[in-house]
Formats: sequence, C-alpha cells, structure tokens
Amino acid sequence: MTMAPMTPMAAERTAVRVELLVDQRWFTVCELTDLTPGRGVAALLPDGAQVAVFPDRSGRVYAIANRDPFTGAYVLSRGLLGSAGGRPFVASPLLKQRFDLETGRCLDDEGVVVQAYATRTRAGSDEVSAQVA
Amino acid sequence: MSASNPRTAEHAENAEHAENAAPTIVLVGHGMVGQRFLEALAERKVTETARVVVFCEEPRPAYDRVQLTSYFSGRTPDELSLVEEGFIARHGIELRLGDPAQVIDRDARTVTSQSGLTVTYDALVLATGSYPFVPPVPGKDSDGCFVYRTVEDLLAIEEYATNRSSGVVVGGGLLGLEAAGALKGLGLTTHIVEFNPRLMAIQVDEGGGAALRRTVEDMGLIVHTGVGGKEITADGDGAVTAMTLSDGSSIDTDLVIFSAGVRPRDQLARDCGLDVGERGGIAVDETCRTSDPAVYAIGECALAADGRVYGLVAPGYEMAQVAAEAIADNTATSGFRGADTSTKLKLLGVDVASFGDAHGTADGCLDVVYSDSRTGVYKKLVVGADGALLGGVLVGDAEAYGMLRPLTGSVPPVSPEQLVLPAGLGAPAALGPSALPDEAVICNCHNVTKGAIRSAVTDHHCTSVPEVKKCTKAGTGCGSCVKALTSLVNDELEAGGVSVDKGLCGCFAYTRAELYEIVRTLRITTYAQLLDSHGRAEAREGDGCEVCKPAVASIIASLAPTLGASGYVLDGEQAALQDTNDHFLANLQRNGSYSIVPRIPGGEITPEKLIVIGEVARDFGLYTKITGGQRIDLFGARVDQLPLIWTRLVDAGFESGHAYGKALRTVKSCVGQTWCRYGVQDSVRMAIDLELRYRGLRSPHKLKSAVSGCARECAEARGKDFGVIATSNGWNLYVGGNGGADPRHADLLAQDLDDKELIRLIDRFLMFYIRTADRLERTSAWLERIEGGLDHVREVVVEDSLGLGAELEAMMADHVTGYRDEWAETLGDPERLRRFVSFVNAPGAPDPTVKFVPERDQVKPDLTILSGPTLPVRTLEGTASR
Repeated sequence: MTMAPMTPMAAERTAVRVELLVDQRWFTVCELTDLTPGRGVAALLPDGAQVAVFPDRSGRVYAIANRDPFTGAYVLSRGLLGSAGGRPFVASPLLKQRFDLETGRCLDDEGVVVQAYATRTRAGSDEVSAQVA
Repeated sequence: MSASNPRTAEHAENAEHAENAAPTIVLVGHGMVGQRFLEALAERKVTETARVVVFCEEPRPAYDRVQLTSYFSGRTPDELSLVEEGFIARHGIELRLGDPAQVIDRDARTVTSQSGLTVTYDALVLATGSYPFVPPVPGKDSDGCFVYRTVEDLLAIEEYATNRSSGVVVGGGLLGLEAAGALKGLGLTTHIVEFNPRLMAIQVDEGGGAALRRTVEDMGLIVHTGVGGKEITADGDGAVTAMTLSDGSSIDTDLVIFSAGVRPRDQLARDCGLDVGERGGIAVDETCRTSDPAVYAIGECALAADGRVYGLVAPGYEMAQVAAEAIADNTATSGFRGADTSTKLKLLGVDVASFGDAHGTADGCLDVVYSDSRTGVYKKLVVGADGALLGGVLVGDAEAYGMLRPLTGSVPPVSPEQLVLPAGLGAPAALGPSALPDEAVICNCHNVTKGAIRSAVTDHHCTSVPEVKKCTKAGTGCGSCVKALTSLVNDELEAGGVSVDKGLCGCFAYTRAELYEIVRTLRITTYAQLLDSHGRAEAREGDGCEVCKPAVASIIASLAPTLGASGYVLDGEQAALQDTNDHFLANLQRNGSYSIVPRIPGGEITPEKLIVIGEVARDFGLYTKITGGQRIDLFGARVDQLPLIWTRLVDAGFESGHAYGKALRTVKSCVGQTWCRYGVQDSVRMAIDLELRYRGLRSPHKLKSAVSGCARECAEARGKDFGVIATSNGWNLYVGGNGGADPRHADLLAQDLDDKELIRLIDRFLMFYIRTADRLERTSAWLERIEGGLDHVREVVVEDSLGLGAELEAMMADHVTGYRDEWAETLGDPERLRRFVSFVNAPGAPDPTVKFVPERDQVKPDLTILSGPTLPVRTLEGTASR
C-alpha cells in the first residue's frame, strides 16, 4: 500500500489575541479561542472595571461595560447577543433591555448609555480585525 | 347605622313597607333560569332601584345543572356555581338559601317562606323549575332509591354507592344516560331500563337509537328497552335488593335511580289559584305573565304561550330575559313565542344531536340516512318536498351540527347526501360557516346570530375570538360553537384587511409551532442553518435575537434525540443560544449570583440527603429556602462556585435540578396511600416516576405537575400543567392547570387509568403540546387557544384521531433514553468547566460585586455595592462615533 507524503504540520499556529482600547492603550483580554461566537464573557480591566466582551457569528468582537445600569448588577456579559437592522446588540439577562454593542446605547430607553470600547483582534503583530467604539 | 336599635328582619320588613320604599321584586327559585333573570335585571339596572328578594330551596346558590354529572369527574359543587363572585352582594340582592317560598297570597301580594318571612311584592317571578317524575312502582320509597336532579342527590348517590356493586337507572333519556354513566363511573354494574323501544326516544329515531344502544352496550352498560319497572324488592332493613320488570324478569340491584322525565313544579301556583295547564305548567303569555299580571313564570315550570313546557335551558334563559324586560320597562319589546329544541350533547362520550323536525313529521318529507354500525355513527337528515332541510338526527359524530342547524328551513347549498357523508367519501370539503346566512344562529345558548358576530368585528372593532366572546357572549355557554365562531371571526378579520403578524420575532415570520415542524421535517440541527434558510430576509446571516435563540434552542433540544443531534444544552452552537440560566445550569438572581435547586423527585428525601444539603449551604454560605415545588433552594452562589457545589451534590447522589428553563420543574405529591388514611394509591411513587421520566424535557414553557393520592387533592394537581389524582380504580389525568397570575383549574382528560395508560397519555399530551404550542405559551393558554380546545386535545391524545400516538410516544421514549444529567456531564468535561469563571482573564478571581450581608441568621445580597455610582450616563453627542 502506498501513501501520499504527509504534509508536515504547520508550525504552532499563532494565537489570535482580543484587545480593547483602554485609556488610549490596547489591552489584551483573552484569546479569540476563549470565546464562543454569540456568547459573552466578562473581563477585568487594569483599574478593576468590568467589561463584557462578545464575538458575533462572523468573528467580530465587541465590548461594553459589564454593569447593567437598570439593576446595577455586573451581568451584561451573560446576556444573549443578537442583531437588528445589521447592528449587534446584547439583551440584559435580568430585565431584557437591549444595548447596542457598537455605541453602548440602550435601545429601549433613549437616555441610557453604557461605556463601549473599541476592539481589535491580532495575530502576532498583524491586525486581524478591528471594531471602533 | 345605629347599634342601639337592633331590629330583626321581620321588623325591618314592616318598617320598610310603612315607608313605602323602593318597589320589591320577589323571585322564587334560584336555579339556572332564576340566576339568568337576576343577571338580566342587573343589566337593566333594575337592581339599583328595586329591592330584590330571592327564595331558594337548595342550600347553595344557582349552579350549572346541565353539567351536574361532571361532579363525578372531579368538578366540585363550587366549580359548578353559576353565580359570579360578589354578584349577589354587589347588586344588593337578598338571597335566602335553604328557605323555600311556601305560600303566595295574591290579594295581599305577599310571599311567605318556610322560615316565616313574609315579603310584599310588586312583581313576583316563579322560577321553580321541575321535579323528577317517579313512576308509581311499589317499593319506590325503599332505601337506595334516588332521583337525579340536585347536587344533594348526587352526594347521596355517591355515598350510598360506596361498597355496593350494582344499580338500575329507570329511564333511558338524556338524564337517564347521564345517571347511568355516573353509576358506571362509581364502579357499579349498571342497567338502564327504558319503557320506550329505544334510548333517547324524544331526540333520536329508531336508527339513531340503535347506534346509540350499540355504543352504550360496548361500554359495558346493560340496556333493557320496551320494559318498565314493575316492583322493587327490599330486604328486612328496607334497602333495595332487586327490581322486577314488566316482562317478568328480575334484576338484582343495590340501588335504583329514577330518571324517567320531569314535571313542571307548579304546586305554589296551583295553591294560589293561578291558571295551570291540563298536564301541568303555569300558563303564561308571550311576556311570561301568568293569569295574574303581577306574577310571572319562567323556565321549566312555565307552560309557554305556544302550549309547550320547555325542559331545556336555552328557552328558559330566553324567558328570563323577556320577563326581566317586561318588569324593567313594563313594555316588553320582545316576547317568548316558542323555542328551538335542537340539542347537541355528549353522553357517555357519545355525540348525540337532534334538530328541527328530527322525526320527519312534516307532510311529504323524505329522509337521507348514513349509517355505519361498525363505528356507531348514524346520521339522518329530514328534507322537505322542496329540498329544504327540515331537521335531523346525528349520533356518534355530531361535528356537522353547528353547520346543519342554522341551515334548517332553507335549501342547503350542496346536496343533502353530501352533508351526511363523512369527509373523504366523495363529500366536498366541509361546508364552512361562511356559507351561512347572517340570520343563522351560531351560538344557541345565547342566541347570537352570524350577523351579530360579524358586526362585533366590523362595528365594535373586536380583533380576536376572546374579544368577540366578551362582546357578544357567543361561545360562552356550552362552547360547541367555538369552532364555527373562530372561523367566522377570522374570515371577518381577513376581509377587513387585518393581518396579524404571527411571527415569532423580528427574525422569523413563522410561529414556534411552524418552526418546530420545519426543524423536524427538514432535520435541521443548528440555529444558524434555520435562520439562514427560514429567517426573514433581513435577518438571514445575522445574529438572531434573544427571543428566537432560546426558543429555537429548545425546539432543537426537544427534537435532538429524534434528529440524532446532541441533546447536551452546552454543546457547540447550542451554548450560545441559551438564556444565562440554561447556560450556567442555575438560576440567575438580582445581584448576579445564582441559586441551585437540587432535584428532589416527588419531594421525597432521605435524612442523609437533607444533611448534605444543609452542609453544602453552610459550607458555601448559601441562603436556603423551601420552595413551593417541594424542593430546597440554595441562593448566593458565584459562577465559579457552581461546579464545586454540584460536585458535592452529585457525590451525595443528587442531580442539580431544573428550577429554571423551559422544562419540567417538579412533580409535587402528597404522602399517599402508604401513610395517609385517606389515600387510595401510592402518589409518591407515581410522582417520582413521572419526575424522573420527564426531567430535562425542553418545552415551549415551564411544565409543572403533581400527583394526589385521593380526591382530597392535597398535592393541588389541578393547578398544574398535568396533574394526576388517584381514584380507587387507578388515576385521573387532568391537563392545562395553572397557578400564578392567571389561575386555571386543569380539565379532566381521562379517568381511571392504570399506570401504563396514564404514562402513555402524558407522553402523548406533552409531545403534542411541545409540537403545537407557541413560544412561552403554558398548557393552560394553549388549551384555550388551540382550535377545538380540550375536545380536540382529547381526540388526538386519547382517541388518537390524527394517528400520531405512536410517533409521539416514540419521541418521548427517545427523550427518556437520551436523558443525561447535565450537571454531572459538565463536571466530567474540563472544556465545559472553563466557562464557569467570573472573568475570562482572571479565572481564579471572584467577582467582587457579588457580596452579601446578614439577615435573619442567613445572608442576603448586598445591593449597596450595585447601587454604587449612578448610571454612567454619557451624552450621545459625546459618544465616540465611527
């Protein structure tokens, strides 16, 4: 039995990092493989602030403050991600208000906005994608 | 109000008349028709100005006598009540229960009751109903002889039947068959003795009677027709032992129920010299006035202007309206000139209907008959020489009744034979209500025409069936017209250009039930696949939304065993679709912590397990509370503590339980036969079996259940989605109950089931619900909404009318074998455990915002941390934009 020559395994693939723009600096929160498309995670920033980080199904990453302004609980990362009119949002898991992930603006209560963060994903020094907040 | 001047009722009476106060209306009899009369007075605001006194012989206010027999299938006397709570008090009506009127003095215009109260009337209304006719059979007063008329009669029969084995019902008419069904339900060998040559001789013809008899005999009842009771034999104590029939034969029996017809109860009227008919009944004119213009008679005690005594409730209701109108306006605009005696009933589970000239008495009329003795179906239409439909008899399948009765008197748009042939035998699609004229009466109970229903939509802007029901009262009586009503309302709405988007959400134009069918038939196993192929155009390739994601996840999860997909709710894409509770397999609380509710099937728990729960709560500092579902809730766990807590619970033989999610919650139970002196079955074992069988079943909404060990119903099973109540013969299954904000008692689906039958029916019921319900539609709302209601569900689930039974059972079998402990599986998989961290970039760090303060020797969330700085409000202008 003859076998086709095996392709040598590609060198250890470079990890793709997820970075947030915090105080004009890019801060790495995790690797892209730590995230499940459509599902958020919470991360701690250097000053102790909490952010909610969400990858959508195409791999774009968004970040907003983790605190739900309606209840005060730090839970927005546990909400469900969705899109309406092409714009991504998260619905708070507590009382279900929706927040635009690009602007942090509450879609159900005009006056309410949470902090939104610019994000990018990088492999080594190459930028993979970026989301401006 | 002066406390120093206590007055007896009698004194008050005299004082009031001295003052010549408001006019007084006296009603004698508080039955169905009496209550309707009171409602009609209230609707005309007569109760605001007049004093209304009601004398009632029975110890309870008006109840639904038509549904009397449902007492034996679990409806309590209170549930049979027809008097809306607060009605009597709100309208200032003086209702004297257990105090029958005894003497009427027409010259003095007074009525005196048994208790001695004398009331002077301006108008007197007699609604005394009728009494059961007991044939003069020797021995008819022996112990064990009953009539079948009041709740009290039923209670007495039920008590007497205990530990007795056989019974005879004299009379094979409508009530007789009901009584026979009740005796059979009580476990007695039951005989029906009918003097006429067939059952239900008044309503059905010979062919119909034969079909009915076959079906009744198939149920195990013994029918004797063409014979009467000749003598009743009693033992030394005076208790019934046997009945001799007119043909000389004899039946050994412990109990006899006389149900051989009723007679108008007109003695009061006779005593005070009012005109009565030769064969009884208080003679009235078209306004229901008797020979004394101040006295009215309505309902079964009245001999109507057309010379007939009506024993049906609908004509009685009509008379109540007429009399109230006459008293209110003194000029009756309408009159009672006779009524349609068409009836449709379900007797012993058999549909029986007759309408119009059912016996074909008109000159030159002809019959069109369809008969199938194998299925017990018999249909006859009576057609006039000109082709007009004159009447008919339907036995075994009365589906067409709602269409045929309104057509009576006109020439049907299709040939008569097409109207009686079953669908699929060359018959055209069933004739819809759209073919009816506007004058056709759709709701017979409330006399609502098709025109009135259309006008409710077009003129009164009703946009749904419930609104039309409220507006017109149509469909709120016996309910047999709801199907036709629904179809009419929908037609009218459509014609008016009202289109309701029934889509699940902004992403899908399909309902949940439609998506279920799509997923099932196309074997779709991922949300993305479904969204991209069946989502609204603008939603495809998008991220969906928080409404459809969990709904579709639930559909895929419930179909997973059938589709061969993974049922584990945290696998692959499924992980991203779940609400946080399903994602973390615990209940999110207001401060971002979770609660854990270990499964305690049936509420049965060993001391060792109780101790483990206590130890876990103590070690993790959790707040504990007993739930309403017979479990113990442990509050205040951080995400990262969940796996540690589960480990302890799993090691002790628990699984954490679904106290969240759209799935089975608990099956409550009472302690049952094992300990309770009243129990008749082992309710705890059944509750455990059911909870273990259906745990983890994903459904459109949460599912709750309970099992009671006897009719005392301590487990409150009738407040559950599916409730089981023990009987001495097995189990009764109730469905569609609900507690909470919109309480509803569950309806009886089937009775006296053995364990296997019970589980088979629940399997089918749940799977049929999962297949057809809308998102977040509890079984109670589903049962109310689904076309055909309970009857349809019973047909599908019990009678397997759609032939789905085997498929539904197989799907449940797949669920049961495919069930896995989601918590134990999570613990066994390091990849899955990675999710249970507070922060992705600091896996060991606890969330500092989840903190607690003491309260009543336990903890509660420290909300001061959360209230912290106010909303981080940024002006929109200040938001960095792209």
